[in-house]
Amino acid sequence: MPINYYIFLSIALFCIGVAGVLTRRNAIIIFMCIELMLNAVNLLLVAFSKMHHAAMQVTNPNAGIDGQIFVFFIMVVAAAEVSVGLAIISMMYRNTHSVDVNFLNRLKH
Amino acid sequence: MSTTHFLFWFLSVLAIFSAIMVVVSKNPVHSVLWLIIVFITISGHYILMNAQFLFIVNLIVYAGAIMVLFLYVIMLMDLNADSEPQKNKWLKIAGVIGGGALLLVLVAALKDADIKNQLAQTGSGQIGLIHNLGMALFNDYVVPFEISSILFLSAMVGAVVIGKK
Repeated sequence: MPINYYIFLSIALFCIGVAGVLTRRNAIIIFMCIELMLNAVNLLLVAFSKMHHAAMQVTNPNAGIDGQIFVFFIMVVAAAEVSVGLAIISMMYRNTHSVDVNFLNRLKH
Repeated sequence: MSTTHFLFWFLSVLAIFSAIMVVVSKNPVHSVLWLIIVFITISGHYILMNAQFLFIVNLIVYAGAIMVLFLYVIMLMDLNADSEPQKNKWLKIAGVIGGGALLLVLVAALKDADIKNQLAQTGSGQIGLIHNLGMALFNDYVVPFEISSILFLSAMVGAVVIGKK
Protein backbone atom coordinates (compact mmCIF):
# COMPACT_ATOMS: atom_id res chain seq x y z
CA MET A 1 0.00 0.00 0.00
CA PRO A 2 1.59 3.36 -0.95
CA ILE A 3 2.65 5.41 2.03
CA ASN A 4 0.83 8.46 0.62
CA TYR A 5 -2.53 6.91 1.41
CA TYR A 6 -1.62 6.42 5.04
CA ILE A 7 -0.23 9.96 5.28
CA PHE A 8 -3.40 11.51 3.89
CA LEU A 9 -5.67 9.30 6.01
CA SER A 10 -3.76 10.34 9.13
CA ILE A 11 -3.88 14.01 8.14
CA ALA A 12 -7.64 13.76 7.62
CA LEU A 13 -8.21 12.13 11.02
CA PHE A 14 -5.89 14.60 12.75
CA CYS A 15 -7.61 17.62 11.19
CA ILE A 16 -11.04 16.30 12.10
CA GLY A 17 -9.73 16.08 15.66
CA VAL A 18 -8.43 19.66 15.50
CA ALA A 19 -11.74 20.92 14.15
CA GLY A 20 -13.55 19.07 16.93
CA VAL A 21 -11.36 20.61 19.62
CA LEU A 22 -12.00 24.06 18.16
CA THR A 23 -15.76 23.73 17.64
CA ARG A 24 -17.13 21.68 20.52
CA ARG A 25 -17.65 23.22 23.95
CA ASN A 26 -18.15 20.01 25.91
CA ALA A 27 -14.95 19.18 27.80
CA ILE A 28 -15.43 15.42 27.44
CA ILE A 29 -15.86 15.63 23.66
CA ILE A 30 -12.77 17.86 23.43
CA PHE A 31 -10.93 15.15 25.31
CA MET A 32 -12.20 12.50 22.90
CA CYS A 33 -11.02 14.57 19.94
CA ILE A 34 -7.55 14.66 21.52
CA GLU A 35 -7.66 10.86 21.66
CA LEU A 36 -8.60 10.86 17.98
CA MET A 37 -5.55 12.99 17.15
CA LEU A 38 -3.29 10.68 19.16
CA ASN A 39 -4.61 7.69 17.25
CA ALA A 40 -4.03 9.39 13.90
CA VAL A 41 -0.40 9.89 14.89
CA ASN A 42 -0.13 6.27 16.03
CA LEU A 43 -1.44 5.04 12.68
CA LEU A 44 1.12 7.15 10.85
CA LEU A 45 3.94 5.88 13.07
CA VAL A 46 3.01 2.27 12.35
CA ALA A 47 2.79 2.98 8.62
CA PHE A 48 6.22 4.61 8.58
CA SER A 49 7.60 1.73 10.64
CA LYS A 50 6.36 -0.73 8.04
CA MET A 51 7.70 1.45 5.22
CA HIS A 52 11.15 1.55 6.81
CA HIS A 53 11.01 -2.18 7.43
CA ALA A 54 10.12 -2.91 3.82
CA ALA A 55 13.05 -0.81 2.62
CA MET A 56 15.68 -2.00 5.10
CA GLN A 57 14.80 -5.56 6.03
CA VAL A 58 17.59 -7.04 3.91
CA THR A 59 20.33 -5.48 6.01
CA ASN A 60 18.54 -5.36 9.38
CA PRO A 61 15.71 -7.78 10.12
CA ASN A 62 14.51 -5.59 13.00
CA ALA A 63 14.42 -2.34 11.03
CA GLY A 64 11.47 -0.17 11.93
CA ILE A 65 10.65 -1.85 15.21
CA ASP A 66 11.30 1.39 17.13
CA GLY A 67 8.23 2.99 15.58
CA GLN A 68 5.96 0.31 16.99
CA ILE A 69 7.65 0.57 20.41
CA PHE A 70 6.95 4.32 20.33
CA VAL A 71 3.30 3.64 19.55
CA PHE A 72 3.21 1.40 22.59
CA PHE A 73 4.63 4.19 24.78
CA ILE A 74 2.17 6.71 23.31
CA MET A 75 -0.64 4.38 24.36
CA VAL A 76 0.86 4.21 27.88
CA VAL A 77 1.01 7.98 28.15
CA ALA A 78 -2.51 8.34 26.72
CA ALA A 79 -3.92 5.95 29.32
CA ALA A 80 -2.29 7.92 32.16
CA GLU A 81 -3.51 11.18 30.62
CA VAL A 82 -7.09 9.93 30.37
CA SER A 83 -7.19 8.83 34.00
CA VAL A 84 -5.95 12.20 35.29
CA GLY A 85 -7.99 14.25 32.80
CA LEU A 86 -11.26 12.53 33.55
CA ALA A 87 -10.60 12.99 37.29
CA ILE A 88 -10.12 16.72 36.69
CA ILE A 89 -13.29 16.94 34.56
CA SER A 90 -15.39 15.10 37.14
CA MET A 91 -14.02 17.36 39.89
CA MET A 92 -14.95 20.43 37.86
CA TYR A 93 -18.41 19.01 37.26
CA ARG A 94 -18.81 18.59 41.00
CA ASN A 95 -17.85 22.24 41.57
CA THR A 96 -19.78 23.93 38.75
CA HIS A 97 -22.36 21.33 37.59
CA SER A 98 -21.28 21.84 34.01
CA VAL A 99 -18.61 20.57 31.65
CA ASP A 100 -18.93 23.50 29.28
CA VAL A 101 -15.45 24.94 28.74
CA ASN A 102 -16.87 28.45 28.48
CA PHE A 103 -17.73 28.21 32.16
CA LEU A 104 -14.54 26.43 33.08
CA ASN A 105 -12.19 29.31 32.32
CA ARG A 106 -11.49 30.06 35.97
CA LEU A 107 -9.32 27.20 37.11
CA LYS A 108 -7.82 29.22 39.95
CA HIS A 109 -11.03 29.57 41.98
CA MET B 1 -8.53 -4.58 -6.88
CA SER B 2 -7.14 -6.99 -4.34
CA THR B 3 -8.56 -7.82 -0.95
CA THR B 4 -5.97 -5.65 0.80
CA HIS B 5 -6.92 -2.63 -1.29
CA PHE B 6 -10.60 -3.21 -0.69
CA LEU B 7 -10.09 -3.55 3.06
CA PHE B 8 -7.88 -0.45 3.13
CA TRP B 9 -10.46 1.73 1.40
CA PHE B 10 -13.33 0.32 3.40
CA LEU B 11 -11.56 0.90 6.72
CA SER B 12 -10.38 4.38 5.69
CA VAL B 13 -13.82 5.58 4.58
CA LEU B 14 -15.40 4.13 7.70
CA ALA B 15 -12.74 5.75 9.93
CA ILE B 16 -13.18 9.21 8.42
CA PHE B 17 -16.97 9.00 8.45
CA SER B 18 -16.97 7.85 12.09
CA ALA B 19 -14.50 10.58 13.06
CA ILE B 20 -16.79 13.20 11.52
CA MET B 21 -19.72 11.69 13.39
CA VAL B 22 -17.73 11.92 16.66
CA VAL B 23 -17.46 15.66 16.15
CA VAL B 24 -21.00 16.38 14.93
CA SER B 25 -23.00 14.15 17.28
CA LYS B 26 -25.10 16.10 19.75
CA ASN B 27 -25.29 13.31 22.29
CA PRO B 28 -21.96 12.56 24.06
CA VAL B 29 -22.85 8.86 24.36
CA HIS B 30 -23.21 8.63 20.59
CA SER B 31 -19.85 10.37 20.25
CA VAL B 32 -18.24 7.74 22.44
CA LEU B 33 -19.78 4.92 20.40
CA TRP B 34 -18.58 6.47 17.10
CA LEU B 35 -15.12 6.89 18.60
CA ILE B 36 -15.09 3.18 19.44
CA ILE B 37 -15.78 2.49 15.76
CA VAL B 38 -12.86 4.76 14.80
CA PHE B 39 -10.57 2.83 17.12
CA ILE B 40 -11.75 -0.51 15.73
CA THR B 41 -11.06 0.65 12.18
CA ILE B 42 -7.58 1.84 13.18
CA SER B 43 -7.03 -1.57 14.76
CA GLY B 44 -8.08 -3.02 11.41
CA HIS B 45 -5.36 -0.96 9.74
CA TYR B 46 -2.86 -2.39 12.23
CA ILE B 47 -3.85 -5.96 11.45
CA LEU B 48 -3.63 -5.08 7.74
CA MET B 49 -0.02 -4.03 8.33
CA ASN B 50 0.62 -7.18 10.38
CA ALA B 51 1.19 -5.23 13.62
CA GLN B 52 -0.56 -7.87 15.67
CA PHE B 53 0.59 -6.75 19.11
CA LEU B 54 -0.53 -3.16 18.54
CA PHE B 55 -3.80 -4.44 17.09
CA ILE B 56 -4.72 -6.29 20.24
CA VAL B 57 -3.37 -3.58 22.58
CA ASN B 58 -5.33 -0.91 20.70
CA LEU B 59 -8.47 -2.99 20.89
CA ILE B 60 -8.13 -3.83 24.59
CA VAL B 61 -6.71 -0.57 25.94
CA TYR B 62 -8.39 2.04 23.73
CA ALA B 63 -11.63 0.55 22.48
CA GLY B 64 -12.04 -1.37 25.71
CA ALA B 65 -10.70 0.31 28.81
CA ILE B 66 -10.41 3.99 27.93
CA MET B 67 -13.77 4.19 26.17
CA VAL B 68 -15.49 2.42 29.05
CA LEU B 69 -13.94 5.05 31.34
CA PHE B 70 -15.39 7.81 29.13
CA LEU B 71 -18.82 6.18 29.09
CA TYR B 72 -18.68 5.73 32.84
CA VAL B 73 -17.87 9.39 33.46
CA ILE B 74 -20.60 10.54 31.05
CA MET B 75 -23.17 8.38 32.76
CA LEU B 76 -21.94 9.52 36.18
CA MET B 77 -22.53 13.14 35.19
CA ASP B 78 -25.92 12.46 33.62
CA LEU B 79 -25.29 14.69 30.62
CA ASN B 80 -26.41 12.37 27.87
CA ALA B 81 -28.60 15.04 26.32
CA ASP B 82 -28.41 18.73 25.56
CA SER B 83 -25.11 19.58 27.17
CA GLU B 84 -24.39 22.56 24.93
CA PRO B 85 -27.31 24.91 25.27
CA GLN B 86 -25.78 28.06 23.86
CA LYS B 87 -25.13 28.25 20.15
CA ASN B 88 -22.39 30.40 18.81
CA LYS B 89 -22.46 29.83 15.08
CA TRP B 90 -19.45 31.96 14.22
CA LEU B 91 -17.28 30.06 16.68
CA LYS B 92 -18.19 26.79 14.96
CA ILE B 93 -17.54 28.21 11.51
CA ALA B 94 -14.18 29.56 12.68
CA GLY B 95 -13.25 26.16 14.13
CA VAL B 96 -14.16 24.33 10.93
CA ILE B 97 -12.21 26.86 8.86
CA GLY B 98 -9.22 26.44 11.17
CA GLY B 99 -9.23 22.66 10.86
CA GLY B 100 -9.81 22.86 7.11
CA ALA B 101 -6.95 25.31 6.69
CA LEU B 102 -4.63 22.95 8.56
CA LEU B 103 -5.79 20.10 6.32
CA LEU B 104 -5.19 22.23 3.23
CA VAL B 105 -1.68 23.26 4.32
CA LEU B 106 -0.61 19.73 5.24
CA VAL B 107 -1.99 18.17 2.05
CA ALA B 108 -0.46 20.90 -0.10
CA ALA B 109 2.90 20.45 1.61
CA LEU B 110 2.94 16.66 1.35
CA LYS B 111 1.25 15.88 -1.95
CA ASP B 112 4.42 16.49 -3.96
CA ALA B 113 6.76 14.80 -1.51
CA ASP B 114 9.19 12.40 -3.09
CA ILE B 115 7.65 9.25 -1.62
CA LYS B 116 5.51 8.10 -4.50
CA ASN B 117 7.16 4.70 -4.82
CA GLN B 118 7.56 3.97 -1.10
CA LEU B 119 5.29 1.17 0.03
CA ALA B 120 4.11 0.41 3.52
CA GLN B 121 4.43 -3.34 3.78
CA THR B 122 1.04 -4.99 4.25
CA GLY B 123 0.28 -8.56 5.14
CA SER B 124 3.85 -9.63 5.78
CA GLY B 125 6.85 -8.73 7.92
CA GLN B 126 7.78 -10.01 11.33
CA ILE B 127 8.39 -6.83 13.35
CA GLY B 128 4.82 -6.48 14.59
CA LEU B 129 4.74 -9.87 16.24
CA ILE B 130 4.75 -9.97 19.99
CA HIS B 131 7.98 -11.96 20.17
CA ASN B 132 10.06 -9.41 18.28
CA LEU B 133 8.44 -6.43 19.98
CA GLY B 134 9.00 -8.01 23.38
CA MET B 135 12.65 -8.65 22.63
CA ALA B 136 13.16 -5.03 21.58
CA LEU B 137 11.13 -3.68 24.50
CA PHE B 138 13.00 -5.60 27.18
CA ASN B 139 16.47 -5.28 25.64
CA ASP B 140 16.73 -1.76 24.24
CA TYR B 141 13.85 -0.01 25.99
CA VAL B 142 13.98 -1.32 29.55
CA VAL B 143 14.61 2.09 31.14
CA PRO B 144 11.69 3.87 29.38
CA PHE B 145 9.51 0.90 30.27
CA GLU B 146 10.33 1.25 33.96
CA ILE B 147 9.90 5.03 33.82
CA SER B 148 6.46 4.53 32.30
CA SER B 149 5.55 2.39 35.29
CA ILE B 150 6.46 5.34 37.54
CA LEU B 151 4.32 7.55 35.27
CA PHE B 152 1.39 5.18 35.78
CA LEU B 153 1.90 5.21 39.53
CA SER B 154 1.94 9.00 39.66
CA ALA B 155 -1.13 9.19 37.39
CA MET B 156 -2.96 6.80 39.69
CA VAL B 157 -2.01 8.81 42.79
CA GLY B 158 -2.94 12.03 41.01
CA ALA B 159 -6.35 10.71 39.95
CA VAL B 160 -7.12 9.58 43.50
CA VAL B 161 -5.95 12.87 45.04
CA ILE B 162 -7.93 14.98 42.55
CA GLY B 163 -10.98 12.76 42.88
CA LYS B 164 -11.04 12.99 46.66
CA LYS B 165 -10.85 16.77 46.78
